[in-house]
Amino acid sequence: MAQRLDYLKETPSQTAGPYVHIGLAPGAAGFDIYAQELGWDIAGPHAAGERIRVEGLVTDGTGSPVKDVLIEVWQANAAGHYAHPEDPGGTEEGFRGWGRVITDFDTGEWGFDTVKPGPVMGRGGRLMAPHLNLWIVARGINIGLNTRLYFDDEADANAADPVLGLIEWESRRDTLIARREIRDGAPVYRFDIRLQGADETVFFDI
Amino acid sequence: MKTPAEYYQRDRQWHAPALTPEYKTSVSRAPSFPLLSLEQSASEITGPSFRNDDINPGDNDLLHNYATAGESAIGERIILHGRVLDENARPVPHVLVEIWQANAGGRYRHRKDGYLAPIDANFGGCGRTLTDDQGYYVFHTVKPGAYPWRNWVNSWRPAHVHFSVFGTSFSQRLITQCYFEGDPLIARCPIVQTLKDPAAVDQLTAALDMNATIPLDSIAYRFDIVLRGRRATYFENRPEGG
Repeated sequence: MAQRLDYLKETPSQTAGPYVHIGLAPGAAGFDIYAQELGWDIAGPHAAGERIRVEGLVTDGTGSPVKDVLIEVWQANAAGHYAHPEDPGGTEEGFRGWGRVITDFDTGEWGFDTVKPGPVMGRGGRLMAPHLNLWIVARGINIGLNTRLYFDDEADANAADPVLGLIEWESRRDTLIARREIRDGAPVYRFDIRLQGADETVFFDI
Repeated sequence: MKTPAEYYQRDRQWHAPALTPEYKTSVSRAPSFPLLSLEQSASEITGPSFRNDDINPGDNDLLHNYATAGESAIGERIILHGRVLDENARPVPHVLVEIWQANAGGRYRHRKDGYLAPIDANFGGCGRTLTDDQGYYVFHTVKPGAYPWRNWVNSWRPAHVHFSVFGTSFSQRLITQCYFEGDPLIARCPIVQTLKDPAAVDQLTAALDMNATIPLDSIAYRFDIVLRGRRATYFENRPEGG
């Protein structure tokens, strides 16, 4: 017998279940309890950069909308910096870079407003294309799914992105690209997430 | 070029797999392609942080945080407490812990829950707090009831409290469920049993903690939470292909 290592094991994940809103977005569950709910304002009023909206639908392996999903967003600001003590770049006052997104329970459609992030310095000094980090939980998902949203108007940066480049099947890279349109003069990106099937979104083990 | 210290890889054989047919809802929601393993960058190593002014001091008292003044929730009064640690056994201070649960009758306050057990007018069913300097947290609540759900015709969830925990990194983000020592439904629950290692189930089972019980007031259960640990030092990357 060798010596015992004294690391602890990570607490195992369990599904967020259908009532995740009670804990993380009680207003959506149907009641008002906290003085302020968290995660509804990602960028704050002072953030520089282009104001954008992101919308989408999560579908399952049968193509049906997943109406009880909750998504968390983590992103850099327009200068490519995260609101985190280890990022020396700093961010604008009120910029948290983090948000919670819930669906319309009838349709499963979701959307949120933020600023478009800038490129972020990646491993080995290689710049990563602008992207949002997403974490998806729902009933039937045993451990939260991590993915990234990239932007279709950043084709050159996307082509050089080290993470997109890791995806061996080039056809699957498109599952991480949001499509830009202009609606009432404002940019809206569409990003549908497919949990399962031929056109399944690429998910990461981070 | 230096990369910040990374977090230990997740042990995917310790966690449940995505596809767990006994838990039927997972079948159409489990990715069929393997996850793409990603070496961490700033996008994974950083993560949101929370401050005292994000929450209110009473948010961790579910007995009273939705109750009419002078009243409180109905049920077995419990203290649910513990520490948030990392895999290196170090406390994780000042991180957000959020919980939600059914009331003592097994009914959730949610527009989508139609179980016949009644809503408790004095119980919302959610709470939140920040861990202290030592990674410690405490909630005052009632022990939730078991309730039926549609998996098999006769499926019952063991009493459980949902936990959502942040670390200092988005890669540590965790949602899990806390069960209670001695509950015979634990072994029969297809959601619990998505975990293949009995030790993993034990880690989700809060222990009766008589030392923390408040006599003539509340029974205590202890539930420690472990988030991913982190390498101690920065390191030099090899160039790609090097």
